Amino acid sequence: MLQAEDTVPDTRSAPKLRAEHLGVVYDRDGQLLPVLEDINLDVQNGEFVCLVGPSGCGKSTLLNAMAGFLSPTSGSVSIDGEIVMGPDPRRILVFQERGVFPWLTVEGNIGFGLSKLSRAERTQRIAHYVKTVRLEGFENSYPSDLSGGMKQRLQVARALAVNPDILFLDEPFGALDSITRVIMRGELLRIWQTERRTIFFVTHDIDEAVQLADRVVVLSSRPAQIKDILTIDLPHPRNISSSRYLELRDELLKQIGLAYEI
Amino acid sequence: MKLFERFRPVLLIAVLLAIWETAIAFHPGSILPGPIGVAGGILDLLQHGLLLKYVVASLFRVTWGFALAAFVAIPLGLALGWYRRGEMAFYPLVQIFRPISPLAWIPIAILWFGVGDLAAIFLIFVGCFFPLLLTAMNAVHNIPAVYINAGRNFGLSPSAFVSRILYPAVIPQLLVGLRITLGVAWLVVVAAEMISVNSGLGFLIVDARNAGNRYDLVVAGMVIIGFIGLLLDLGMRSIEQVKSFRWINSEG
Repeated sequence: MLQAEDTVPDTRSAPKLRAEHLGVVYDRDGQLLPVLEDINLDVQNGEFVCLVGPSGCGKSTLLNAMAGFLSPTSGSVSIDGEIVMGPDPRRILVFQERGVFPWLTVEGNIGFGLSKLSRAERTQRIAHYVKTVRLEGFENSYPSDLSGGMKQRLQVARALAVNPDILFLDEPFGALDSITRVIMRGELLRIWQTERRTIFFVTHDIDEAVQLADRVVVLSSRPAQIKDILTIDLPHPRNISSSRYLELRDELLKQIGLAYEI
Repeated sequence: MKLFERFRPVLLIAVLLAIWETAIAFHPGSILPGPIGVAGGILDLLQHGLLLKYVVASLFRVTWGFALAAFVAIPLGLALGWYRRGEMAFYPLVQIFRPISPLAWIPIAILWFGVGDLAAIFLIFVGCFFPLLLTAMNAVHNIPAVYINAGRNFGLSPSAFVSRILYPAVIPQLLVGLRITLGVAWLVVVAAEMISVNSGLGFLIVDARNAGNRYDLVVAGMVIIGFIGLLLDLGMRSIEQVKSFRWINSEG
């Protein structure tokens, strides 16, 4: 279990990731469609931030703009004070599905971004991350022989192997069954606590956000603005039936505009 | 049971051959041979050393025509598929040339290259070029965006991007296209050899008919063409089965 000062980031230091007056407008056959409006957000080094919001509100758009896959229409994203101009191996995006390369084995995938390392270093790094994501024994398997959860772990391993500052995850467990999803959350937390990377995690699952995040950013419906930022002041491991947990969860449900009862 | 299933096609062929032979037996003096007559024809060709010579001649032309087409059409198709503007410029032209049967090029082939290997190779090239060009273009279009984005994320140089993302991502579709096009090449070579050369399996068929109605040799030629076509297809399929090429089937 971690100490409280480990999980609560130092807010006095410069932010790792900063979005300033970020706006994205899509051009759909001449029709301008504003997706994001004036997003201002600081993410601290080592922080775990979850992004939630109604479906189709622009969560993935914000993620793609932050990771450099999409240039914003207005405003900017900066990492360590440096404006993001495009994708970069220092920040890796983990996709929801089909993110691993099916023509490479587990080892080949993890080593994908390591071609600049020496052979020995690469082998050692691959072995380390095979172990980190618990894929021992599958080193020479192809993704088609792995389960959905294993493929997502492989993708996380490939991302971590290049030693990025920030991991962007776009609903990484969204396509998994509910049991695997819970297991994967535990795995991701374990990895985050040992590797100490900044994580920016998009999800549509409220429980996932409350279980994982230091802070949860809530987006409004389109054009999306930041509606609220909720600090999850629960130490890990989190008791998911504690009153504080349920309180935070209810607060988030209310923010998104969902009723407590079905 | 399993063994029986494996031999079912063989059994079917045997039954059909028996029916054929019986039908011929009921029409004595028929110019069309039975299976036994055809087998005799094949033996005849073997004894005269013609079988090997003609098969080699046909395969030689197919190999060159097909390889040249692949060598030109695939890189061009990949590039056009990637750069949409280039594709928009080329597309109408491709669509006009594509429906022209390669056989329609025979007079022009003879005009340019005379009667000989070059004319046949040219016809096979024309027959393979457009299918392969379209296969390569479509293969690029069908690369899931997620592979391209992942590749960009890891900071690959343009050449590394081509060799480590583009190439492996299109290989499964290219192999299917190559297999089908090799079948086309094999169809075209026979037709080309009937008119524009003096050797090969196509020539054998025409020559056997013209030089004394040797229909046993005509059908022998057809059977050999069928068998070699089958072998070419099996060969291409076995390449498709290589694990790192096969992913498209397993990753819905």
